[in-house]
Order: sequence, then structure tokens, then C-alpha cells
Amino acid sequence: MAELQRLLTLLKELDDQLAGCMKCGMCQAVCPLYAETGREMDVARGKLVLVEHLSSQLLNDPQGVQKRLERCLLCGSCAKACPSGVPVVDIFIKARAIIGEYLGLPPIKKLIFRSLLPRPRLMDGLQRLAAAGQGLFSKKADPILGSSCARFNAPVIRDRHYLPLATTPLHGELGEIDEPAGPGGTKVGFYPGCLVDKIFLDLGRDAIDVLRHRGHGIFVPGEQVCCGIPALSSGDRQGFERLVGRILNQFEDADIDYLITPCATCTATIRTIWPLMAEYLPQREQQRVRRLAEKTRDITEFLAEGLDKASGEPQHGSGEKTGITYHDPCHLQKTLSISQAPRRLIGANSNYDFREMGAPDRCCGMGGSFNLLHYDLSRQVGQKKAEDILATGADTVATACPACMIQLVDQLSRTGKSIRVAHAVQIYAETLPQRAQKEQS
Amino acid sequence: MASKNVIRAFQDLLGRENVYTEAADRHAYSFDSAVLDPVVPELVLQPTDTESLAGAVRLCNENELPLTVRGAGTNLSGGTLPAREKGVVLLTNSLNRVLEINTEDLYARVEPGVITAQFARAVAEKGLFYPPDPGSQTVSTLGGNVAENAGGLRGLKYGVTKDYVLGLDFFDVDGELIKTGARTVKCATGLNLAQLMVGSEGTLGVFKEIVLKLVPPPAAQQAMLAVFDSVDRASETVSAIIANKILPCTLEFLDNFTIRAVESFRGAGLPTEAGALLLIEVDGHPAQVEEDARKVREICQEMGVTELKVSQSAQEKESVWQARRDALPALARLKPTTVLEDATVPRSKLPAMVRAINDIANRHNLTIGTFGHAGDGNLHPTILTDKRDSEEFERVERAIEEIFDTALELDGTLSGEHGIGMAKSKFMEKEATRGTILYSRRLKQALDPKGILNPGKIMGA
Repeated sequence: MAELQRLLTLLKELDDQLAGCMKCGMCQAVCPLYAETGREMDVARGKLVLVEHLSSQLLNDPQGVQKRLERCLLCGSCAKACPSGVPVVDIFIKARAIIGEYLGLPPIKKLIFRSLLPRPRLMDGLQRLAAAGQGLFSKKADPILGSSCARFNAPVIRDRHYLPLATTPLHGELGEIDEPAGPGGTKVGFYPGCLVDKIFLDLGRDAIDVLRHRGHGIFVPGEQVCCGIPALSSGDRQGFERLVGRILNQFEDADIDYLITPCATCTATIRTIWPLMAEYLPQREQQRVRRLAEKTRDITEFLAEGLDKASGEPQHGSGEKTGITYHDPCHLQKTLSISQAPRRLIGANSNYDFREMGAPDRCCGMGGSFNLLHYDLSRQVGQKKAEDILATGADTVATACPACMIQLVDQLSRTGKSIRVAHAVQIYAETLPQRAQKEQS
Repeated sequence: MASKNVIRAFQDLLGRENVYTEAADRHAYSFDSAVLDPVVPELVLQPTDTESLAGAVRLCNENELPLTVRGAGTNLSGGTLPAREKGVVLLTNSLNRVLEINTEDLYARVEPGVITAQFARAVAEKGLFYPPDPGSQTVSTLGGNVAENAGGLRGLKYGVTKDYVLGLDFFDVDGELIKTGARTVKCATGLNLAQLMVGSEGTLGVFKEIVLKLVPPPAAQQAMLAVFDSVDRASETVSAIIANKILPCTLEFLDNFTIRAVESFRGAGLPTEAGALLLIEVDGHPAQVEEDARKVREICQEMGVTELKVSQSAQEKESVWQARRDALPALARLKPTTVLEDATVPRSKLPAMVRAINDIANRHNLTIGTFGHAGDGNLHPTILTDKRDSEEFERVERAIEEIFDTALELDGTLSGEHGIGMAKSKFMEKEATRGTILYSRRLKQALDPKGILNPGKIMGA
């Protein structure tokens, strides 16, 4: 009973934001799920009504509401297009946390979010085990993408096309780095995010090379801790806060000017979701969160700012250009309004011929754990993206979020068309003097 | 709750996944865009082909389950709210095929769930034009447009949805197919049931297929933004333009409150002191567009326009229209609840109507921004409020009633394009006669003896 009262009290706090929804339905026009299902409970307006009815006790089914709230990519397309400016994603994140607290976490999620993610060394051990075992059940799918698929009907993995886990994560390879500020007087903390740390190690190495080339001193802690969004979107505020606390400790004393990440989702989480959820924290913690959030920059935004000043971006290569297109990650384009920076980085590499795809800002359908929970729907949305990419005739698709890269690899590998998937920073990194020379020799 | 057997019958007919019985699903269909209390249906059905649509209607009738057809659910008068007891919501948005776009005979055949803007785009790709453009066109369905006789910005020159319905196939309460109208412009065959169905708000039948008229697109357009120091001046300008035998394709109006809201929202440099803005667009053959635009400019000058911006490029045209597109979002952000009305008057009565709305706002101490389609007298007084404030909301309801009364005194009508639904059915008698309502009810009684087709809408219970 007391728990129910707490649920209702916390939901009531969302009341003012919920009241702003005039139920005009314009979110239907942009929601990637509604386009597939035409179901009101899959689109923002319907979900907001469910939260409203739960809060006003018209509907007494927290499980039912939770289940429907989880059927959402959290892409923010609705919030961006909302005529009334309803902060839809903020409401959904908070509602998931409030209902999650009331209902409690299922044991498997508790294990992952509270026992595994906050223990980086345990995660490293698991990764080594998994990496060693993955060859047994995988077979190669697409050599350009480096993707594999399961040899037999495997649970969870199903018929996905995926990239292998690295045996040693990026942070294991790098160790702790603590350089003094560079010639430009800046020192940047580098936060790769879990996917770069464990799967896209090349991207992490490229990012560090470019940052060093630009003359920034680099700080990398010896361990990788998750930014917390998987826990929070599963409604686990406690797990989320624990992870946030660990990252704050990692970077607190490093005296960095910026925190740079190559993951759009991590950037958006630290920049917008951390401060949003900080209101539940004690005053002192709130300030720590805000300080780090304000220092956080997406790597494409950070590098594009210095693009004009950067010395000697080599305009090498006179041969045939490679066609390239760009997919806007929702967390970059919709959450942080960054869309030109990655395109400018790609444009700085004259070996490529840029072609815009149709609807480059349409969600790829990944949505983090959404892909795990609703794979069929995720794939349906992703196939549209794959079609748009193929229609450009480009050989490479760049983006700026490793989560999108996982989805693009899966969806493109299925088409068998051998399209390369890269991060915009990797395209830009090819222009670094040492790389260009290597290529020419 | 509908019995297990009935639910099983629906599941057998439509497939389990297209029958929603869980509370959390049903609550997602308890509302539309009208500011009304939610009504939770007992069942939600999403047929995926027209055959099972007919079967679903028949099953509802056999079991006396009142059904409300829903497309996108963007109705502004509560027309898509289900019945209070045993209500079934019947979704048509999975029936979304464009069956034919005929460029020789200038018509298209569509299923009811096709989205308006997507259809208009498909038609434009074939080099033709479907003019009706209701404000919700990016999500609204054509079936909903026909059932509500939806309007839009182009009403003055191009008319509204009813002017484009050539033919209609629909199901009666027994799921029997009724075919009416034709694929031809002319058709004098039988009762004009197609037009009876237009604007019937789902009370007389369930659409299966719609034949829509298409027209050749205009070759050229020119848009203008005219600033006036008073509503009267702007309104007299509207009358003068039409008296000069010019029919702009759009002639939109923003009042001072709306101008200020849009300016603080976008900051595009609109004159916040202006009494009213007119957005005027003429279209047609390039020579005629030039001639009409020149005349409109002269008329605006004669009427004392204080500022006139003529768009020279597509980009400038966009910026002219941005102000109009921003009107609703800018107003909606000011207060939690947005009540969008659509009382309509003959266009010569526009100044009187705008004055009356301002008086009503002052008298009830309410915030009302007014914008709308000046060319056809269809205004959108937009009341900004918070429905959680019950004292204020009572004043809102009184204000709405007074807006209706004023529109009728000025020889206007309760609704230009949003329909009557539940929100306005009690006011019907003010505009029509008692006999009109009884006649409508007898008609419905004969066609729908069990009263299962969207009961409570238009003609009351």
C-alpha cells in the first residue's frame, strides 16, 4: 500500500509535463514503430495517456503500462516533432524508472545492472570467456563488414548478423593514460562507451589518434564503466545511479577540460539524461553530475569545431572516389541537434563522394535493449534504413553511434551487398598524415 | 465485458493479434484530439482486409455492440470516442492501399486507412493534384476526412473533401456492401448516397473504398504576407480581393495575439504591433498568377496595408507559410490545454466575429488566440487553458457556447471542418430545427435499427 502511494506520488510529479500533450497525434507521422504497426499504444500519444491513466488510477495495471512503455525506441522523433513541445523522452525515462522501482527488477536484469555492469573487472573476465567461445558457434557472413551469424538456431542471438567481441577490451589494451594538457592547452577525457571498448576497438584507436593529432592531452581511466542508459531504460534507477557514481569518480580528479565520447548514445545520456535524473540525487551529487555533463562533447562536434583551424588536412589521392552516405543517429540529431558536424568530418576526406540518403534522420530501429526485446520489429524498421542506404549506391555508410553501427551491420549484412559501416571519425582519421602515407606506400 | 464467445469469434475472424482486450491496450483508444473525458472501449479491432472489416461490422450488429470507426484518431469533436457501454473501436488504418491513380480519367480509388498527405504525395508524383489539406494531413486518414468532411487551407478556391468524393463503397450494419456514385464526374444514378455518407461521422455505414476526384495541378504560385493595423482592414481586404473576382488558393488570417505568440516562438521578425496578418497565395497559369498577384498587391495598398512581403522564391514562400504553420504550436505551448474551435461565418462577417471573440475572451477572463481561413470565414478561436482548473474550465465552456451563439447570429455555422461529434451535438438544435434532428434520427433508426453505428454522435442519443 505504501509502495502504491509512492508510485502515485512520483507519477503525479509528471503531471504538468503530461498535461501539455494535446493529443493531436502528430507523433504518428514520425514514430518509426507506429509506421510499422499503426497501434496507438506504440506511439507517444497513446503511451502518455497510459501513464496519465495510471497516475490518475483510471488504469490499475502498472505491469501492462510498463510492458508498453518498453516497446519504444526512445529515439525522440516524437519529442522533436511535437507541436506542444512535450518532453516525451524525459517523461518516458522517468516513468520507466518510477514504475520499475515499484514493480522491482526481474532477477536477470538485477544481475546484469547491479552486479555485472558496476564491476568492470568481472565484465572483462566474462568478455574473455565469451570471446574465446564465440568462434565455436559462429560462421562468417560478410567479409567487408566482418560480420558473423550463428551456425545453428541459437537463443537470444537468433539469426542476427553480428560483429565479434574482442578478446581484450580497448581499455585493457590502452591501460590507464594520463597525459598533460597538449600544446593547445587542452586535456580531454576519453570515454569510449561499452560498444567501442568491446567491439569497435578500431574506432577507439582512431579517435585517440585524431585527438592526439589535434594536440590534445588525453586521459583514459583504467576501466570502462557503462554510462547507465541500459539500466535506466529498464527502469533501474538504483543501478543507473551506481554506474553514474563510478564514472564521476573516474574523471573527477583528472582535471580534464572536456569529456569526449564517440558514442552518440553515451553523449546524449551524459549530457541530457544524467542532469534529468540528477534531481533525485543529493545536492552535492547533482553538482558533480552537472559539472561533468557540461564538459561532455560528442567527438564529431568537438573535432568539427577545430576543422578550420586544424593544420594540413591532407587532400590526398586523385583516384576514383568512394561513394559514402551518412545515417543520423537519433541521439545526436534529435537529442543534441548535431547533424552538420559529422558530415563536415566526412567532407574533409576528399577520397569520398558524399551522397545524402532519403530520410537520413529516420531511426535505424536499434534502440539499445529494444533490439533485444523486440527483434522482429527492430529488424522491420532497420530494413527500411538498409533500403535507403542501398538506394544511394554508396559503398560506405558512416554514422556516429556504435549502437547504430551494430544495427546497420546486421541489416546490411543480410542484404549481402557488402556495404562498409564506419564511424564518421574513422573516415576523418584516414586523412591523418601517418595513415595517408601508409595508404600510399 | 464482451463474452468469451464473442471475443473468440472476433479472433477467428481477424486473427488473435488484431483483437485487443487487455486494459492497457484499450485505454490507448479512450481518447481522440478533442478536449473531452476519456471513454475506454471494451474491445479494439484492427482488421487487415476489407472482407474481415465487413465481418466485424456484422458481428458487432449481431451482438449489439456499438462500434466506432477510427482512423488516426485526430478528431477534434469527440467523434472517435467509443460508446460508454460495450463500446468497440474499429480501426481502419491497416486498410491503407491506394488501389488506383488514374491519370486519364482523373480519379483515384483508395482504402479508408490511406494517410492524406501520403496520398497527396503519390498523386503529385503522377503529375496530378488532390487539394484537401486538413491541418492533421500528415497523420489523418482519407476515410476520416470523408466521414468528417474535412476542410483545410484551400477551401475558398478548391473546396473541401465533399467536393472530391465521386463514389463510395461501404458496408451497412449487416456487413452488406453498398455501392454508390461512380468513377465519372457525372453520375445521376440512384440516390446520392455517397454525399449522404460524407460528414456522417460513422453513424450510417463503414467505408470500404473511396473514389476521389483529382485535378491538374496549378503551374505557378505566388505567396504574400500582408500586415494590417486592424482586423477590420484585413477583413475588408479579404472582401475586396474576392469582389475583384480573384480567388486566392489560400487566404489565411492571424490575429494580434497569435502574431505575438508566433513571434516569441520563432523570432522571425513578425510585426508584433500589427492588428492582423493575411497570408495570401494565388495559383494557376503563370500569366494569371502574375496578374492576380499584381491586383492583390494593389488592393492591399488601397486598403492601407502597412507592410507587404511578396515571396520571390520557393524559400521565401516557405518563410511566409512558416508563420501560419507556427500558429497552433506557438499557441499550444502557452498553456497545458488547447481548445481549438472552428465556428464559421460568411466571410463578410469576419470582423464582427473576431470582435465578438475578443469580447468573449475579456468577459470570461480567458486567453483566446484566433487564426484561420479568412477566405472562407472559417476561424479557429483557440482557447488556452488548463482543464485541471475546473473553475476556469467552466468559464471556457461558457465561452464556447457564446462563440457558437455569435456565429449563428451572424448567419454562420457551428462547425466548418471539425464536425459535431459529441462535443457539439447538444448545440445542433440551435442551428437546425427540431424537425431536422428528428428527421436525421428517423433516417438512422431505419438504417441502423439497433443503433450500433457510432451512437451519440451528431444527432445526440
